Amino acid sequence: MWWRSASFILDKQQNDTAQTIPDTLTLSSPPLSMADTLQNPNPNNISAYYQTRAAHHGVVTSDWLAQAQAAVGRHPDDVLPPEPEVKVAGKPFSVIHEFNNWRNQPDLAEAVAAIRALAAVIRNSEATTMMELEIELKKASDSLKSWDTTSISLTAGCDLFMRYVTRTSALEYEDFNSAKSRLIERAEKFGEISYKARRIIAMLSQDFIFDGCTILVHGFSRVVLEVLKTAAQNKKLFRVFCTEGRPDRTGLRLSNELAKLDVPVKLLIDSAVAYSMDEVDMVFVGADGVVESGGIINMMGTYQIALVAHSMDKPVYVAAESYKFARLYPLDQKDMAPALRPIDFGVPIPSKVEVETSARDYTPPQYLTLLFTDLGVLTPSVVSDELIQLYL
Amino acid sequence: MEARRGWRAVPKVRQVGFFTPNEPPPPARTQSGPPDSNSPPLSNSPAGNSLSPVMIPPPRHLSDNLAHRATSPLPVPETSAFRRPIPGGDRVAVVGSYNPTDSMLGASPPLTSPSSRIGDGEFSEESSPGWFRRSNSAKFASSFPGGGFDLTSIKSSETLEVEVKKPVEVPEKSGVAGAELQTESQSSSKPLKAKTTKAERRALQESQRAAKAAAKGEATGKPAISSEGAATSKPVKQQPSRKKDALPAATSVAASDRKGVDRPPEKERKKEVPPPRMQFDDKNRVEKAKKRAVVNQTEARNRVELFRHLPQYERGSQLPDLESKFFLLDPMHPAVYKVGLQYLAGDISGGNARCIAMLQAFQEVIKDYSTPPEKSLTRDLTAKVGSYVSFLIECRPLSMSMGNAIRFLKNRIAKLPLSLSESEAKESLCSDINRFINEKIVLADKVIVRHAASKVRDGDVLLTYGSSCVVEMILLYAHELGKQFRVVIVDSRPKLEGQALLRRLVAKGLNCTYTHINAVSYIMHEVTRVFLGASSVLSNGTVYSRVGTACVAMVAHAFRVPVLICCEAYKFHERVQLDSICSNELGDPDAIAKASGRMDVNYVDNLANKENLQLLNLMYDATPLEYISMIVTDYGMIPPTSVPVIVREYRREHLWI
Repeated sequence: MWWRSASFILDKQQNDTAQTIPDTLTLSSPPLSMADTLQNPNPNNISAYYQTRAAHHGVVTSDWLAQAQAAVGRHPDDVLPPEPEVKVAGKPFSVIHEFNNWRNQPDLAEAVAAIRALAAVIRNSEATTMMELEIELKKASDSLKSWDTTSISLTAGCDLFMRYVTRTSALEYEDFNSAKSRLIERAEKFGEISYKARRIIAMLSQDFIFDGCTILVHGFSRVVLEVLKTAAQNKKLFRVFCTEGRPDRTGLRLSNELAKLDVPVKLLIDSAVAYSMDEVDMVFVGADGVVESGGIINMMGTYQIALVAHSMDKPVYVAAESYKFARLYPLDQKDMAPALRPIDFGVPIPSKVEVETSARDYTPPQYLTLLFTDLGVLTPSVVSDELIQLYL
Repeated sequence: MEARRGWRAVPKVRQVGFFTPNEPPPPARTQSGPPDSNSPPLSNSPAGNSLSPVMIPPPRHLSDNLAHRATSPLPVPETSAFRRPIPGGDRVAVVGSYNPTDSMLGASPPLTSPSSRIGDGEFSEESSPGWFRRSNSAKFASSFPGGGFDLTSIKSSETLEVEVKKPVEVPEKSGVAGAELQTESQSSSKPLKAKTTKAERRALQESQRAAKAAAKGEATGKPAISSEGAATSKPVKQQPSRKKDALPAATSVAASDRKGVDRPPEKERKKEVPPPRMQFDDKNRVEKAKKRAVVNQTEARNRVELFRHLPQYERGSQLPDLESKFFLLDPMHPAVYKVGLQYLAGDISGGNARCIAMLQAFQEVIKDYSTPPEKSLTRDLTAKVGSYVSFLIECRPLSMSMGNAIRFLKNRIAKLPLSLSESEAKESLCSDINRFINEKIVLADKVIVRHAASKVRDGDVLLTYGSSCVVEMILLYAHELGKQFRVVIVDSRPKLEGQALLRRLVAKGLNCTYTHINAVSYIMHEVTRVFLGASSVLSNGTVYSRVGTACVAMVAHAFRVPVLICCEAYKFHERVQLDSICSNELGDPDAIAKASGRMDVNYVDNLANKENLQLLNLMYDATPLEYISMIVTDYGMIPPTSVPVIVREYRREHLWI
């Protein structure tokens, strides 16, 4: 950076005299805000969320595994260490354990896993009043949230369910047991709701996919796959450009799935996006989270693609279920809890070389055209309206 | 940093402010022209009249704009010399224009209770109530001055006033006026297509003329009681006594009564081009306003041409004048008087401070208040508060946040249960005011500080402009949290408010840089966040704030630095404003002409009275939403496009607390 101002020199002097703030983004950095929470499962700040995604959707090569192991210090599958058991109502039961069980099912969305885990809390609870139950749930959801701060849908799922518990007035008039079973029922249904949401989004987006169009997709997203699948079933003629989706190569997985559906697919390396953008008619991406500004948080590279698409006047469509709406408002890329993951470069990297290991980026709303959600097709600014109505 | 695209900002709000292309040209600012047969305020009225006489107002948003948009292009069927409006249409329009406030008031049946409509008038124009009469509808008939007004519009509004009242008042009507009114309202209740017969039209004109003649008769409006009584839903008997009470009271109260003068045409106009403020280039109204003013202001000699519609007065003379009058003005409560003087002298500034001072003064007023005999607390207190408000406006124009607070207070007064005794009522009002101050200002600030501090990271360079108390609290809080950051305070002449802030921050040990706005583009590249305060946030996301804010925000935007506006939600306003010209406040022009402490810079010293020199000292400006990344309010962090949602969702709660 080119500094013109004298005040920067002042600043620099200060930094020199005082201890420089350690660069938190290097792999070897000390744990950040999570350090003070009870259990800190990922000492290297490796995002469990992105680990799971990679495990489910990624095409993992053996050398990647080796490097990942080296970086994490153990096999990625047991990144989750044995938790110090969260005592819920005096009985050994861990929400986080429960959650991880659910999370390991590839077809289950993260939020659904969270809510199922909370349902398990209710089931195991020995509370006798609604208030007690609420407090227990609150504790459980807090520990879930702090366990993986990088997963937005986990947070959003917990919040949604808590909101249902605290705000549903019908619960207050029932006796405790029926209220409890109602909550469990609701939680069980949530998986269905999530699946339905995907269907709705697929239906809504059909109007936007026209014959002969070229769609660029980035990474692997269940919703986007559903959209494309539905379009193929509707006998639409279109072709798909898949980015590779480094480092976990989720794009390969998507291209495999699409090839099975006989959709013409072309694989691009991530850096070929701008090169092929002029052939593209629309960009379709999923989202890990939709934030209050109307922007999205998604796999690394989405912002870049959105920028390219915006400068070439191509529409960028986002498919996201409404339970991914989160009360977050990042102002810029660094304004989020860092979600890191190991990256495989195929060759050993000298230790002096820094590696940018962030797993996600934030795409500001002005680069998005429309959001397809189960609430309907929204412009980015509506997201905040929905969130205000949902959470306030 | 994240500019928000302009096209997304299409909030659903009532049509406010500016002229839409398919509307007829706006009414001339002066009402004094010859009775124009094409008087614009009425031209869009005819369509709605298929609606029933006592119309239940449709939902808020639809009512004003839809009705009008739908109607405006329709041809006007009647064109007589006195182009009498088709009553039904007018009625719809009135209902429409009342609507937003009605729905804000909640349940009260919109047209029946005088107290609620007293409130109404104020509510809808709360940001500048002083230049608007107390909307004591009872005084309409009496208060029409003889000449100079656009007769048609007066008449039409008069008729509709009566019609609106009709359901309630029929049994109480008495006297000629009443009878005539009745015929008129009969004619008016006809459906649109059925043409009124000549005779009926004649009768109507007659009645209007009679009413006008009565009004002309006495400027004070005293003998017009008969028609006045007919026009109210109050029992006729009570009206005169109340009137008499009001009269001996000193100027301001009488003045506020007389403010009914220009109400009807105003109301007419409001639905089309609602300039809720006094336009100071309107000579007639300025004259009238002057007559009733407590504060004697002499107009500045060289008024800035583009800003003639704003009050521009000579400075310095009012304060001693008012101080000398302190013991003469018995109707003014000393607490209010004190606050007014403080506004005038500039001792209290800053949106929150002014609002709290005003509310506390009103609290004193309420504590000392006792209902005069034969009056109801609800009405009399509303009128009193109204007159105090207009006094405060004379001292300094209200901010929108104060307007919202006044709206809240009046609503609380109007909604007092009748069963309460006077002391209980006073008690409850005082605690309401306390609650408003605590919840909407003090607590809200705390929440904002929490939210905003989460956006401060170690190593940040925060820029702020001028002196905003919320921003100061944020900086101090973030400092207390042990965050490492540096502050850049950008300041500007003539107020140099930033220096006070700088002093306080430095005393607390923050690391500060101080610069003037001239250097903002130089300093901006090292800044990572811009925190700004706001006087109010408008429904289209525009931020109305201390002059210079827009400049800072634009520079920050150009440098891709996120701009955070910190503003309590009670300062949100449903108005839409596109520029900072049509409503603004003008400061003392001398302040910019003179450089304090610099004797050598005196180039304009003797030019103050030159005809070709106009000094413009604007106080506020409007920042469009695309330069704003985020608004931090007590409801959380929202994008500027979501302001209307907050306004819509919490308006009700805001009023009810």
